[in-house]
Amino acid sequence: MQRVFAPLPDGVYPANDTPAYRSSARRAPREPAVLAPHTASETLGPRPGAERLVAGLGDLTRPAGARGEALGQRLLVHGRVTDERGRPERRALVEVWQANAAGRYLHDGDRHDAPLDPNFTGRGAVLTDDDGRYEFLTIEPGVYPWGNHHNAWRPRHIHFSLFGAAWATRLVTQMYFPGDPTLPFDPIFMGIADVAARERLVSHFDLERTQPDYALAFRFDIVLRGALDTPWEAPA
Amino acid sequence: MSGLTPSQTVGPYFRLGLDWPDAWRLATATTPGVPLTLVGRVLDGDGLPVSDALLELWQADAAGHYPSPGAQGFSGLGRCGVDATGAFRFLTVKPGAVATPDGGLQAPHLNLVVMARGLLTHLYTRVYFPGDEAAQDADPVLACVPPARRATLLARPDGDVHRFDIHLQGEHETVFFAL
Repeated sequence: MQRVFAPLPDGVYPANDTPAYRSSARRAPREPAVLAPHTASETLGPRPGAERLVAGLGDLTRPAGARGEALGQRLLVHGRVTDERGRPERRALVEVWQANAAGRYLHDGDRHDAPLDPNFTGRGAVLTDDDGRYEFLTIEPGVYPWGNHHNAWRPRHIHFSLFGAAWATRLVTQMYFPGDPTLPFDPIFMGIADVAARERLVSHFDLERTQPDYALAFRFDIVLRGALDTPWEAPA
Repeated sequence: MSGLTPSQTVGPYFRLGLDWPDAWRLATATTPGVPLTLVGRVLDGDGLPVSDALLELWQADAAGHYPSPGAQGFSGLGRCGVDATGAFRFLTVKPGAVATPDGGLQAPHLNLVVMARGLLTHLYTRVYFPGDEAAQDADPVLACVPPARRATLLARPDGDVHRFDIHLQGEHETVFFAL
């Protein structure tokens, strides 16, 4: 059958059947995913753009309508989005969401006994430029407890959603922070079997982009799947 | 060495970041094609509703063409978070038959992505329609699905709407594709 994207290497995308992540138990499919030809349905894709940006969504520290500035360590988060062959993902929609500095989400379902910040919603959206680069200003999210197991803590993270060039390149992931002591105990992060791949979700402190007297900077590059120049025949 | 960025779960709080309140409605009264309302529920292995799932829909227009990037009008993209009962709804038009790489035709179908707390990597599935049996017999993607499981990819008419329940697990587990 004709395939246009290279096979996913084992262990890079976490298996849904990850027992240590308790929510997966009754939700992870049991049947193997079906391999089929790549057609236009998979090799083309939606390109949401500026219509999904609301003014100010690149600066999470001063959300629209807020009276002041969000509490917490200011961060410039930036990076480059490319496909696996190094080609920039131009004008790609990057959506982000995160907890506040105290580790609390602005969400009805979040029952963590930590304060909300009236000046922080935790939502952002930006488009990459013609070189695939994106950046947004935010504050450092807190670690927070969750019910997965006794004394479970989610490492500091920012959720990312990306639309690449094709339906097959859709990616939702999480960015983590270097040196977070809770990372090795997190079943979501540790669900990625390939150690090198897992480490790619840890952002890098970027002294050069740090804004003196204002904000720290972290770099998080993102690599999506990319179409091969020549389709290949996979065994049926 | 691909350097691919791994997937992670969308988690329980995705509405904070991914809510597009209007995106369940892809078509307006002037969109060419036969109106189609797709409803359904996302269910777990115990048949219980998954109340924190997010669905995205990608489809061709009524002529079987995927919209070009930046094109005006029909975008072909929908997004809908389920409600407390796991239910979702898309208002769109029925897609036309899409060409295959070798010059044939695929049966009309919708492409869906399912994301949820508990899923570390999103799931891909397709929705086909009753009445297209001849086209489905020639569809190269359906041909890869074991015959006994193909019915899980078929929407069923229910009054004015088409119903498509997504079973993440269990006896009626929906077919998911490895893209």
